[in-house]
Amino acid sequence: MLRFAVTRILMAVPTLLIVAIAVFALIRLVPGDPASLMLGDLADATSLASLRHNLGLDRPLPVQFAIWFQNALSGDLGRSITSDQAVLPLVIERFWVSAKVVMAAVIFASLVAVPAGMIAAWRQNSALDVALVAVSTLLLSVPTFWLGLLLLLFFGLKLGWLPVVGYVSFSDDPWRALLYLIMPVMTLFLHEIGVLMRMARASALEVLRLDYITHARAKGLSESVVLWRHAFKNAFAPTWTLIGLMLGNLLGGIAVVETVFTIPGLGRLLVDSIFARDYPVIQGCMLFIAVIYVLVNLVVDLLYPMFDPRVTAE
Amino acid sequence: MSYSAPNALIGGTTIGVVAVAALIGAVWTPYDPLAIDFMARLAPPGGAHWLGTDEFGRDVLSRLMAGASTSAWISLLTVILAVGAGTALGVFTGFVRGWVDRVLMTFNDALLAFPGILLALGLLAVFGANKYGIIFALGIAYTPSVARVVRGTVLSLREREFVEASRVMGNSEIYTMWRHILPNCIAPLTVLATSLFGWVLLAESALSFLGLGVPPPAPTWGNMLAASRAFIAQAAWLGIFPGLCISLTLLGINLLGDAVRDRLDPRMRGV
Repeated sequence: MLRFAVTRILMAVPTLLIVAIAVFALIRLVPGDPASLMLGDLADATSLASLRHNLGLDRPLPVQFAIWFQNALSGDLGRSITSDQAVLPLVIERFWVSAKVVMAAVIFASLVAVPAGMIAAWRQNSALDVALVAVSTLLLSVPTFWLGLLLLLFFGLKLGWLPVVGYVSFSDDPWRALLYLIMPVMTLFLHEIGVLMRMARASALEVLRLDYITHARAKGLSESVVLWRHAFKNAFAPTWTLIGLMLGNLLGGIAVVETVFTIPGLGRLLVDSIFARDYPVIQGCMLFIAVIYVLVNLVVDLLYPMFDPRVTAE
Repeated sequence: MSYSAPNALIGGTTIGVVAVAALIGAVWTPYDPLAIDFMARLAPPGGAHWLGTDEFGRDVLSRLMAGASTSAWISLLTVILAVGAGTALGVFTGFVRGWVDRVLMTFNDALLAFPGILLALGLLAVFGANKYGIIFALGIAYTPSVARVVRGTVLSLREREFVEASRVMGNSEIYTMWRHILPNCIAPLTVLATSLFGWVLLAESALSFLGLGVPPPAPTWGNMLAASRAFIAQAAWLGIFPGLCISLTLLGINLLGDAVRDRLDPRMRGV
């Protein structure tokens, strides 16, 4: 177990390093010099030269990367060009807004979709199975930004039950904060149900076909024991991995939902920075999301043996 | 029972309808999709404009058709780029192995550590938000997943007898790769390319929705949806039809994808 954990953690190190190199390389791919991008067209030669020196732009590229990487490790991701705020606190502040929506949606979706998918697999080809597969395929096909718009149209404008757009922080007014979060969470929740239910069903089907399930049934075990102790515990492992991948993907793709409901989250920050060509913030957002993605998947992998002890044996 | 037959039928029909609309939209639309008519602003569906008009009096149906052809082109070129580059990389690393494989795959896997859409967003910041920027950004973003799948297939293929036989017969590595490895990658690639087309279409619509796609006034389903937000209370149809187009197309692709997978990968049948 310890060996597995250590190997897995060590494997994440080169990934994180390459992620950092990729994010660093990105800003160097932008036509033009980062210093003039930061200071704008009107900057004079002296301030340009001094900024270039401060950023280490007059040094060789590997040295530049080393300086940038060292700063990033100590939490210094530079300052925003547009607002002059430090990037890391800004990114973290916006991250919590997005994280609340994503976490709530993923938790609710897992609670509904995993049992539903397994029931569908258990009753494969029954009317219930066909209906569940149809619903999940349908939900999977509706893009979140349209689903959000439809919810907004129906619950917000037609019925007037929920506030249409905006965001209230929990510290200001917990009840209203909750009201504002219902629709964004519901949007992601409905979409993720589609993805998760299909995965849970597919992995449960694979397990239910195996000989040891037939054997367990033949032994005369009750159906609930067969399903619970023998089938579903093993079937959950692949779905667990998917939940991890989903968290990261949602964080990458949350910008659209934040746009629909005008939520000041990390996705919106990234998109606004792309419009404003605020490269330090773009870099900060990308690095942060990628690192979170790697870490979430690392935690998911480390917890994996709880569902499938075989992996530690390898 | 297999879902495959009705899936293929519904999916195929939906995609067929969209493809025909996109083809027609490329050469002819009922109205000029860019023609502004302030007399007909926000006209509801029916009458002269079947699906209504937008805030500039532009015909929604014409814009949807033109948008279909733009999105279909972008998605097709992106999939070709990603599948081409990914296959080349996957076949090469899977066949050569050794340290070249290790270095390239470590890099490849690190790129997979970025969610696809995030990588595309970052690359768009570099390439700029336009048609070719999107194709390159999404193409590069999805290449690593293709490379991974192809490499996996190649690794299992290269141990098979017929590949060994080709080598023993004195065929060159390149010939063996071309004649024996590549054709066997086509089945998994078809399955992947089908779902890839759906992901790319979704990503393209999402980017257009964010304002980072094809710039207006050229219509895409995504930027039509984005523009509809301001008028959603008075003119709900502006938000409904483009979204319906995206969803039906994705549904068609998903159903067709399941059917293709069932056919080409017998192990997955009925799963």
